[in-house]
Amino acid sequence: MFSDYFYYPFLIGTIFLFVVVIGRFVKWFMGLSKIDKIRVRIGLFSMKTLQSVWESVREGLLHHNIFKTNKMLGYMHMSLAFGWFLLIVVGHIETSCYHGSMFFPFQHSIFFRYYVTEPTDFPGHAFFNYAMEILLFFVLSGVMLAYFKRFRSKTFGMKRTTRMRYGDRIGLTALWLIFPVRFLCETFTAGVYHNGSPIFNGIGDAFASVGDLNPWLNPLWLTYSVVLGVFFVAMPFTRYMHIPAEINLIFLRNWGVTLKERRVNTFTLAEVYSCSRCGICIDACQLNLAGIKNSQSVYVLKNIRNKNLTDEVLFNCLLCGKCQEACPVGIDVNKLRITQRIETTKQYNSSYDYLKTGKTRQADIVYFAGCMTHLTPSIKQSMLKILDHAGENYWFMDENKAPCCGRPLMLAGQYDAAQKLIDTNTKMILESGAKRLLVNCPICYKVFKEDYQLPGVEVLHHSEYILDLVKQGRLDVNPSDLRAVYHDPCELGRGSHIYEQPRELLNTALTLVPMAREREKALCCGGSLANTKISMAERDVLAGKAMEEFATYAPDLVVTSCPLCKKTFAKVDSLPVKDLAEVVAGAVERKV
Amino acid sequence: MDFGYTTLETRSIDYDKFDRKLIEYLLQYEPSLLVCMACGGCTATCSAGNLVDFNIRRIQLMVKRGETDTLKAEIDKCMLCGKCMLICPRGVNLRNVVMLIKKKLSIDSGQLATKNNIK
Ligand code: SF4
Ligand code: SF4
Ligand code: SF4
Ligand code: SF4
Repeated sequence: MFSDYFYYPFLIGTIFLFVVVIGRFVKWFMGLSKIDKIRVRIGLFSMKTLQSVWESVREGLLHHNIFKTNKMLGYMHMSLAFGWFLLIVVGHIETSCYHGSMFFPFQHSIFFRYYVTEPTDFPGHAFFNYAMEILLFFVLSGVMLAYFKRFRSKTFGMKRTTRMRYGDRIGLTALWLIFPVRFLCETFTAGVYHNGSPIFNGIGDAFASVGDLNPWLNPLWLTYSVVLGVFFVAMPFTRYMHIPAEINLIFLRNWGVTLKERRVNTFTLAEVYSCSRCGICIDACQLNLAGIKNSQSVYVLKNIRNKNLTDEVLFNCLLCGKCQEACPVGIDVNKLRITQRIETTKQYNSSYDYLKTGKTRQADIVYFAGCMTHLTPSIKQSMLKILDHAGENYWFMDENKAPCCGRPLMLAGQYDAAQKLIDTNTKMILESGAKRLLVNCPICYKVFKEDYQLPGVEVLHHSEYILDLVKQGRLDVNPSDLRAVYHDPCELGRGSHIYEQPRELLNTALTLVPMAREREKALCCGGSLANTKISMAERDVLAGKAMEEFATYAPDLVVTSCPLCKKTFAKVDSLPVKDLAEVVAGAVERKV
Repeated sequence: MDFGYTTLETRSIDYDKFDRKLIEYLLQYEPSLLVCMACGGCTATCSAGNLVDFNIRRIQLMVKRGETDTLKAEIDKCMLCGKCMLICPRGVNLRNVVMLIKKKLSIDSGQLATKNNIK
């Protein structure tokens, strides 16, 4: 037949792909910290590796997580990835059977029907014919869905897909062509040689009835080889790099490599390249509602990759964590964003030389209200009332003077500056000799819990603390017949995984109405301090939309457990908004 | 010759001469600064102002007048807590203003490496 060199484009593409991908993996590995490298070395020969293999199959091929979000989108990804994978594996087995050996020129398995046109009868011949053709139909169904999605993404329940760059277009076009071209190659060949199953032979005969297929064969097979080659060459420079990168990420993650905010290393790249630009994070993001459409996680990842990230994009995010919760690849998008914020602002951290540790007082429990609580005095009053009712020996640390907890600075990337505040507060808390630190602001809670070194001091969010009081019988709560919805604050819910204590506590005082979007899927109030770019008007839109959603449950009031959420929602003025401290304080009776 | 008194240095601002670069930069990235009505709510609530002599409203004034000599030392006092922004009746996004001033001063003093890929 035609020149045997037709498979060269494919061959060159494959070699190129392997060299680039392996080169990148090596570069990423070399850029890890020493400890991370040791982690990888230890992990390599542990069960973690097997676990990663399984996870790679589940996510890289079957796309189990995308299925959970969206069946159609999951099927599309699965049919393409898993279908293609099976085509390669089954094709390889088929060729081994044909040759009666495991060793044969590898292009024979990729272009099997080009090489094997004469009648043969190796073991399983008919089975393989059917299997390969059905698999090709399976993949083609995914390709069809992909065409369809490009033009009508609503079908997938997706509002929008990501915009593409030039390189991505080449990659996408090649990918879209691969399987239809293969289909033509095989049916045309079957039309001439009848080397397929009755299905393809029939289709081939139908084509043959239109005209002579023979002159088409060589150009078609060459085209097939070329589109494969083009796709492989384009792959490392397009979003399709996510296919190998995601598998790499799964292994690294299971071996214990994590992203560290303060130390930018190549793990950032390992994560950035794993993004498939599926767009699920765009749909999860509430910023859309306020017309902010260029700062969602997928764009940040893309900008990091293309080295054109701007502060305007980087800081226009609430760090609410909704996209991270939804991301099927499990990319640490919030941490990644903070890492970038640290990088870009590290030249101008403050030193706060004026900070002095104030007077401290010996107590069993320290109450730190925090800046936001000082803006919502009714929450502060309620907390003090509860502390008094419980008869605690407490010290109100920031009653008059105290620095901020440091978290707002950290959210803006100013980790070094925040450390000064952390040090001052730490000294004061430890001096008081208290065993417990009580906060009612989830922003403070997260930083005290995760970034302060407070040996022997238990950090408590007021939802945990008050629930404890009630359980110990130190506080009696009078139930009422009010119906309420509970809003999970981002920093407390997705941020600190406290979902149940507030609910358990509230159920003693009123009736909670469950909502469709709560716990991990809870909305953001829009007030988040993490976003330094969003305007007040845009924040109000987000708060208003969330309140609209709450209103559909017809509650008597909205309860939250964050002073900032309360302040943000209260502006909307459609439903009464209370902090759970206020609810409890309004329902307690003094224990005698 | 010493007459036993001195004349005060003039406090007047020459609007034709002062350096507009900073304020223009701020307004480009945070236009809400323009609508401040100088009510002083931000200063009254300020967490840093509670601890040290620091006046965020005056900082805005300084910036608008192009007085940037003491700006660096002053702006560094802010703790970015966000109270000012929440209290402001005009919705001025002061946290961003603070961050932008810090950034611009840092760029101007040449600290911020230009190779930094984040613009
Ligand atoms: S960040 Fe995650 S959810 Fe967003 S596009 Fe990338 S893979 Fe999809
Ligand atoms: S963290 Fe929240 S605001 Fe930021 S991109 Fe993700 S969903 Fe949007
Ligand atoms: S509170 Fe707002 S309007 Fe008032 S002085 Fe401050 S920034 Fe200006
Ligand atoms: S953000 Fe800065 S200026 Fe505003 S209230 Fe807090 S410390 Fe004061």
